[in-house]
Amino acid sequence: MNEEIIIAGFGGQGVLLMGKIMAYAAMMQNLEVSWMPSYGPEMRGGTANVTVVISTERISSPIVNSYDTAILLNQQSLDKFENSVKPGGMILYDPNGISRHPERKDIKIFQVSAASEAAKMLTTKTFNMIVLGAYLKTGSPIRLEDVIKAISDSLPERHHHLIPANVEAVKKGMEIVQEINS
Amino acid sequence: MADIKLMKGNEAFAEAAIRAGCDAYFGYPITPQSEVLEYLTAQEPHKRTGMVVLQAESELAAINMVYGAAGTGKRVMTSSSGPGISLKQEGISYMAGSELPCLILNVMRGGPGLGTIQPSQSDYFQATRGGGHGDYYTPVLAPASVQEMSDFVKLGFELAFRYRNPVVILSDGIIGQMMEKVELFPQQPRLAEFDQSWVTTGKTPDRKRNIITSVDLDSARQEKHNQDLQKKYQRMRENEVRFESTNCDDADYILVAFGSASRICQKTVKIAREKGIKLGLLRPVTLFPFPAEEIKRLGRQVKGMLCVELNAGQMIEDVRLAVENNTVVALHNRMGGMVPTPEEVYHAILQKFSIE
Repeated sequence: MNEEIIIAGFGGQGVLLMGKIMAYAAMMQNLEVSWMPSYGPEMRGGTANVTVVISTERISSPIVNSYDTAILLNQQSLDKFENSVKPGGMILYDPNGISRHPERKDIKIFQVSAASEAAKMLTTKTFNMIVLGAYLKTGSPIRLEDVIKAISDSLPERHHHLIPANVEAVKKGMEIVQEINS
Repeated sequence: MADIKLMKGNEAFAEAAIRAGCDAYFGYPITPQSEVLEYLTAQEPHKRTGMVVLQAESELAAINMVYGAAGTGKRVMTSSSGPGISLKQEGISYMAGSELPCLILNVMRGGPGLGTIQPSQSDYFQATRGGGHGDYYTPVLAPASVQEMSDFVKLGFELAFRYRNPVVILSDGIIGQMMEKVELFPQQPRLAEFDQSWVTTGKTPDRKRNIITSVDLDSARQEKHNQDLQKKYQRMRENEVRFESTNCDDADYILVAFGSASRICQKTVKIAREKGIKLGLLRPVTLFPFPAEEIKRLGRQVKGMLCVELNAGQMIEDVRLAVENNTVVALHNRMGGMVPTPEEVYHAILQKFSIE
């Protein structure tokens, strides 16, 4: 198994943290992982993306240009990365704010209305965890229990009261994700 | 139980420094290595091991603090990226001349000048040719994973004290910024036992005064000092060459790449092998001393070598010297923070060697 994933969206959406929790959760299963951010002079509202590779073997390149999975959280990212998904791969996206939807026929396409769901929750910052939950339902190698462990281990002690809200968000994402071209 | 963490390369380096029993870190922040100072500060190692961590007022101050602390026989280190490493060259040259051990991390970014904060390998010449003025070398270790960002701290300090010489860890923005699994080594004692006969911690009645200096205006003595230094660098060439070979045994073509570029090339090797092309990868782990003998040996065996570098083509000069015209040596490179993809390197192989 070798899964190459890109997560892309706006700065501030929690793209990098989502990738980190995915990598951490995969590590719980003794899988090999790499997490490579697009670092730079970036800011809230700018673009952010991270490449996560999860594999049963030693990972060669942490930088790839085609992906098994693309989690795309704004229009720019969708436009930029739709054609970088390998045939047979998968796009997971949030339709909120999207005017041009993915058009590929040779890949699976999943939707999760994470932004609108996050608006109903205690804090909209759980957006990324809703998306992460959705990803777990798309045939991902990552397990819910490892994600919960990863969330607890990644949050500093002073934020531990937020763990239940985040776990709830993950579960919500698992519930509301839809495959739209099956 | 193994102590396995998910960390950035820069964080792994900083944690390894504490665990290697480093006595002091003096640095100044610069992207893409600021996590080193950030992590060390957050860890408060003065509480964990007694290690001193200080953000100096400038890179010049930091390297001279390293010089001073190294003179007392302590394990000391600094880190920066290209622009800051250039500022530190005066101090590094003085330390080489004074034969002082220390560890210097360069997380390379694109240059020249302030350049860019994106990854690059453009400081190869600077690192492998000494860097500052005068005839000197420093051992240069090139990590290709977060694991090696940790492991090379321990190895770096060993080499620094074995040869009483600055040691450079030449990393880049990819290895520094990426997160991977890392198995951390256990905490080592900070005040380790090693030869302290040369240190300047106060003269005792049973010996002559120790002097640490790089200046000697007597040319005959200065020449002798230079000859002794060159003998030391020769011992490094004889004993410290390290490299990693992947699929080289039956290879028709060889990629030569270090650090992050070698990771990209590992994938190129897989792609090529799947298509039936016998491609191998030689990764120099030490850039000084350079694995010239191994490259020379492979040069007699293969039809061609391709150097893959994130610079204008610097290591290729050492590869060409090593192969002594026994094979064709070509270059595929990117600059200014751009990084090639594994497929791009694969197509470069096909094109440069006219493989159908």
